[in-house]
Amino acid sequence: MEKSIKFEKDLNLEATELRLGLPGTKESEKQTPSAIKSNKRVLPDMSEECGYEDNSNVSHVKKCDQEVAPPAKAQVVGWPPVRSYRKNCFQAKKMEAETTGMYVKVSMDGAPYLRKIDLKVYKGYPELLKALEDMFKFSVGKYSEREGYNGSEFVPTYEDKDGDWMLVGDVPWDMFISSCKRMRIMKGSEARGLGCAV
Amino acid sequence: MMNYFPDEVLEHVFDFVTSHRDRNAVSLVCKLWYRVERFSRQRVFIGNCYAISPERLIARFPGVKALTLKGKPHFADFNLVPQDWGGYVQPWIEALARSRIGLEELRLKRMVVSDESLDVLSRSFTNFKSLVLVSCEGFTTDGLAAIAANCWFLRELDLQENEIEEKKNDWLGCFPDSCTSLVSLNFACLKEVNLAALERLVARNPNLKSLKLNGAVTLEALQRILMRAPQLVDLGTGSFVLDRDPNDSETYKKLRATILQCRSIRNLSGFLKVTPRCLPAIYPICLNLTYLNLSYAAGIHGSELIKLIRLCGKLQRLWILDCIEDKGLEVVASTCKDLQELRVFPSDPFGAGHTAVTETGLVAISSGCPKLNSLLYLCQQMTNAALIAVAKNCPNFIRFRLCIRDPAKPDPVTMQPLDEGFGAIVQSSKRLRRLSLSGLLTDRVLLYIGKYAEQLEMLSIAFAGESDKGMLYVLNGCKKLRKLEIRDSPFGDMALLRDVGKYETMRSLWMSSCDVTLGGCKTLAKKMPRLNVEIINENDQIKFAHEDSQKVEKMYLYRTLVWPRDDAPEFVWTLEKLLFTPGVLLEDQWSSLTN
Repeated sequence: MEKSIKFEKDLNLEATELRLGLPGTKESEKQTPSAIKSNKRVLPDMSEECGYEDNSNVSHVKKCDQEVAPPAKAQVVGWPPVRSYRKNCFQAKKMEAETTGMYVKVSMDGAPYLRKIDLKVYKGYPELLKALEDMFKFSVGKYSEREGYNGSEFVPTYEDKDGDWMLVGDVPWDMFISSCKRMRIMKGSEARGLGCAV
Repeated sequence: MMNYFPDEVLEHVFDFVTSHRDRNAVSLVCKLWYRVERFSRQRVFIGNCYAISPERLIARFPGVKALTLKGKPHFADFNLVPQDWGGYVQPWIEALARSRIGLEELRLKRMVVSDESLDVLSRSFTNFKSLVLVSCEGFTTDGLAAIAANCWFLRELDLQENEIEEKKNDWLGCFPDSCTSLVSLNFACLKEVNLAALERLVARNPNLKSLKLNGAVTLEALQRILMRAPQLVDLGTGSFVLDRDPNDSETYKKLRATILQCRSIRNLSGFLKVTPRCLPAIYPICLNLTYLNLSYAAGIHGSELIKLIRLCGKLQRLWILDCIEDKGLEVVASTCKDLQELRVFPSDPFGAGHTAVTETGLVAISSGCPKLNSLLYLCQQMTNAALIAVAKNCPNFIRFRLCIRDPAKPDPVTMQPLDEGFGAIVQSSKRLRRLSLSGLLTDRVLLYIGKYAEQLEMLSIAFAGESDKGMLYVLNGCKKLRKLEIRDSPFGDMALLRDVGKYETMRSLWMSSCDVTLGGCKTLAKKMPRLNVEIINENDQIKFAHEDSQKVEKMYLYRTLVWPRDDAPEFVWTLEKLLFTPGVLLEDQWSSLTN
């Protein structure tokens, strides 16, 4: 008896078994009989969950795949029992997080080519500036409302909707990402004109 | 003996009897007490707006000043009741307005409220002081403008989780300059607000104790508002967001200083949007908090959340998202020794997500917080062993609502149903009044509930049970049962019809996706004229002439002293109306209803 069990293990029958379900899902995750009963109330529409209609962005699709459960788990009306108001609040947040990215060009004085970044990925200025620092291998100095960026010859700027070149960090983040058309990391003497301490 | 006292003395004694139930009991003692009680009652609670008519309310309690009304059944919260089912407040407000009732307070839950009703309300009662709307819908900010403009002595406007259409008006600006009596204002469920009007309003209302802001109120505005209202006891922040380094922000520094002046805050909520690095500003408040609601603060998690919790040593009520995880719950257990109420909500409320809390977190809470008496816990899984441990650690539950993410999921360790676990809970918590079950459950758990849950008033059953016997255990055993709601469980006509008199002792029964048939419902309606048996059929069009054996998708029945409602939409069939011809209905039923 033991011999045959060992033999089966070596064959790795489990991996080659034909089953319904995504690869990687285990037997224990299958529904119990009483749960299967709930299938009659399955909601076919999962699009509210993660904007499935808009699949153009690859990373967006990947994110959805991670969040959506394997098909074996049915979507049941009114379950889990959460008030619609709460669901609507969180749906709004989800939608905000998952709409397509906001790519802007970023140029750096002296660099041979430009880069593009997705502003939606960052939650605020600190994250954005850190990402720029990493990308272009420079340091941005300390920001203050009064003096702009102190302690570095590099200054992050952006072109807004009106075509003006603005210092990154002055306006609230939400306002920034909706008005920023592109960015430029200015260097050296040119940077001084933008309100840095003289 | 009491008959020899003049009415005024009785009335004075009854003044000390404040709970609705006690007053109801007082009114049943004798005709004299009934009379004195009814003229002196000021606060009336109507748990189902279709159980009684406004005219009868006014006739019996001419002195009513504060009214609470509830409309839709509880499962309407989870989209199980279609739009337009009912629950309109208009007839109530119109009837009260026509009468000489001096209404001062109105509290509505799950009702449909129109702008017109709010307008009539605002114009009809000169001393109107308090409006509380919970999970209501049907109105816009125009209705709010009417309340603001016309209720000159308004003390409280509390809007909790309502669906409100926002017009481009400035409703907050409609509060006149003479409005200085506000004590409580909550508009967190709105998206916009006129900040300048808000600041002026706060400035001229020095008695403001409770203020819950919405996401349109920025950090800067919050600081200015708190400067004007350091006396606040209850604060709901709006957008707690800063786009720059807090250490370099003048606004943030000012906020920190202002908050230090707010020594009375005991309840904190909001943080609809949040920059976690700003949280240190509220650390001084945490030390004295008794109620913390972070259930909408998706932006606070991980170490920031833990840091915050560690400061809240006096917490009695905590509402939190499941991103706190089991580890976070262990911190709660070691920090919040006075905790009485815990609610854990899903940060991903849509069906297919994963929940980061399990039985481990709950057991930790129960062993660290023995005073726990109210629980709402949404989790990934639960075991019998855990529930038995919880039952042992916390014998004082009044409310116990457990929701395991997967319907009918068994104990993952033993693969057994959770009957024993819930059985332990009902056996140990003798004062349990509300219970919601989930997970894989057989008739056995219902047997335990019927046997031990003597004080149980509300029970929610989903995907549970095996046969009619299960439902009967509950109906026969729970003498104090008022509300029973069941979905997706195999209970049918036999259980429904065994003891029809039981339903007159209850407020309501909801059964959806069960095995009750049209014939069974008809039989029940025929036997019990004082019950309104409603069948809600949106999709199928059952014809009454035949198909008695057809299963009913949704049934909602409730005791009532008025005719089946005349505002029922097409998809709601009130069986009583259809069972009798009009002539017979009037003669046959009138006497049994008025006796």
